[in-house]
Amino acid sequence: MGEPPAILVEGLVKVYGKTRAVDGLDLEVAKGSLVAVLGPNGAGKTTLIRILATLAKPSGGRAMVAGCDVASHPAQVRRSIGIAGQSESIDEYLTGRQNLVMVGELSRLPGSEAKHRATNLLVRFELTEAADRPTKTYSGGMRRKLDLAASMITQPEVLFLDEPTTGLDPRARMGMWQLIRELGEAGTTILLTTQYLDEADQLAHNIAVVDSGKVIAWGSPNQLKTQVGGAVLEVTLPESADLEEAAALLRRDLSKSVTVDQRRYKLTLPSTEQTGLATRVIRTLDAGGVLVDDVTVRRPALDDVFMTLTGHGAEEAGEDAA
Amino acid sequence: MSALAVVEPTHTTGESGLSRILWFLKDVFVLSRRSLVHVIRDPAQLADVTIQPIMFVVLFTFVFGSAIHLPGGGNYHEYVVAGIFGITMGGAAPGVAVGLANDIQSGIIDRFRSLPMSRGAVLAGRLTADLLTACLGLLVVVAVGLAVGWRVHTAPQDVAAGFALALLFNYAMSWAGAAAGLWLHNPESAQAMAFVVFFPMIFVSNAFVALQNMPVWLRVIAEWNPLSTVTASCRELFGNPNPGASVHVWPLQHPELATIFWAIALMLVFVPISIGLYRRENLT
Repeated sequence: MGEPPAILVEGLVKVYGKTRAVDGLDLEVAKGSLVAVLGPNGAGKTTLIRILATLAKPSGGRAMVAGCDVASHPAQVRRSIGIAGQSESIDEYLTGRQNLVMVGELSRLPGSEAKHRATNLLVRFELTEAADRPTKTYSGGMRRKLDLAASMITQPEVLFLDEPTTGLDPRARMGMWQLIRELGEAGTTILLTTQYLDEADQLAHNIAVVDSGKVIAWGSPNQLKTQVGGAVLEVTLPESADLEEAAALLRRDLSKSVTVDQRRYKLTLPSTEQTGLATRVIRTLDAGGVLVDDVTVRRPALDDVFMTLTGHGAEEAGEDAA
Repeated sequence: MSALAVVEPTHTTGESGLSRILWFLKDVFVLSRRSLVHVIRDPAQLADVTIQPIMFVVLFTFVFGSAIHLPGGGNYHEYVVAGIFGITMGGAAPGVAVGLANDIQSGIIDRFRSLPMSRGAVLAGRLTADLLTACLGLLVVVAVGLAVGWRVHTAPQDVAAGFALALLFNYAMSWAGAAAGLWLHNPESAQAMAFVVFFPMIFVSNAFVALQNMPVWLRVIAEWNPLSTVTASCRELFGNPNPGASVHVWPLQHPELATIFWAIALMLVFVPISIGLYRRENLT
């Protein structure tokens, strides 16, 4: 752990008028890791990214990116970062290639190098065919990819992605996930914000759950799920079965709490560390003359995590947090 | 060049002043090129320096011209072309306002601000490109003016001084446009505001008609209108009919000085406002 973190945030505060958009936020992102900041709208995610990308000044606390303080050394920070996101910052009249070359040249790359890198990025992001068309003609997914490519032209150490797939169709979203994974595997430190639970689950090594400007939980996707509670065992019985009688049987023999779902013919038991639960459930029911159709172990989804931690559901967080 | 004032102080980078200026100039070059690509892709953006002056010239020489009689006589065709110079130069301001408002809305200014580039280059690049399009506007007015019988009757250096004053006025007005665009940050509002300010500025001036027949309160405004002073300067420097010369008020007696005074005053007000607005954290 000798290496300093790529991003270090300590007690960060950002006040807009009477709103504390970020309210004592702490975060540490190791070099080369991919961290998702997960939270509902208004949790302070975008404000955090804007501060880290030197677009907003912190009202309190401290934020370091690539070893430099964002408040006192913004110019240095800008040399180490790339930023892309929901509000694509691309020029509609320029072609895809011209956009990339412009960002490269403004980042002080020599013209020939900017052109060279632009060509490589266009190939890698599968935009070659559209490269010389004005970006006005691009689809949403293509625009988002070009925006990401523009943020990569300086080969930044740290990449900020503000809701990179919000508003994309499922296919474009998968493509974006693949690109983000590849960038992460190539060693770029990535901090992305998302309101999609599955996105954090799919991409991130670690997740910071934020609500009201604070990190309320931190850990790997699996750690977070465990924190909320263990897995549950779902037993499906045939329609002819007497669910209440079967539940009583299990309560008596296994001394477990059993929930009955009459509509879906399901019994649900908490699956604790003890092994062999599934076998014992089947044996007990078989001995009682109850037929079993299906037994499934279901691990909690991040939806459950979100609900438990924030006290409000994921539905409130985004229109279609699938 | 006043735009140099925008270069960010470099308390953090160890670069020398000269290399910062060179990087600034390169950034300005890259961004002016960007604005020029916009114009090539969407030539309608050039309407205010091409179609609009042609329309005005045709409208005022062939449609209204015959109904307008200049105090003390004089050729109206020769009279009105200098007015169209003034209008075309002032007309750049709405373009700058709408362009900057668009840049803010599209989020591209945020991209620029996250790059290790000169911060002032965004405004300076826009204004440089605008000055280049203003030069195009100047050529268009000269061409269409010559076609309807406008001529200069003075020495080349006087004519050049007239063009220089017109461009200076354009540059100062562009800063006013920049401030409006940054303040409103919405292309539609910028367009509406430009119309509300610019339309009276055109018509309460000496661009199309001599001031002598206006009611006093309106005439005082028209006499001090910078568009009137730049128009009167051009008339004087091109040797065109200039009935304003017989009006004994300071701006029309010394139109060149008044124009320079106006340009400086506009920049003293709008350069700091634009820079201040541009440095705000949240532009929207």
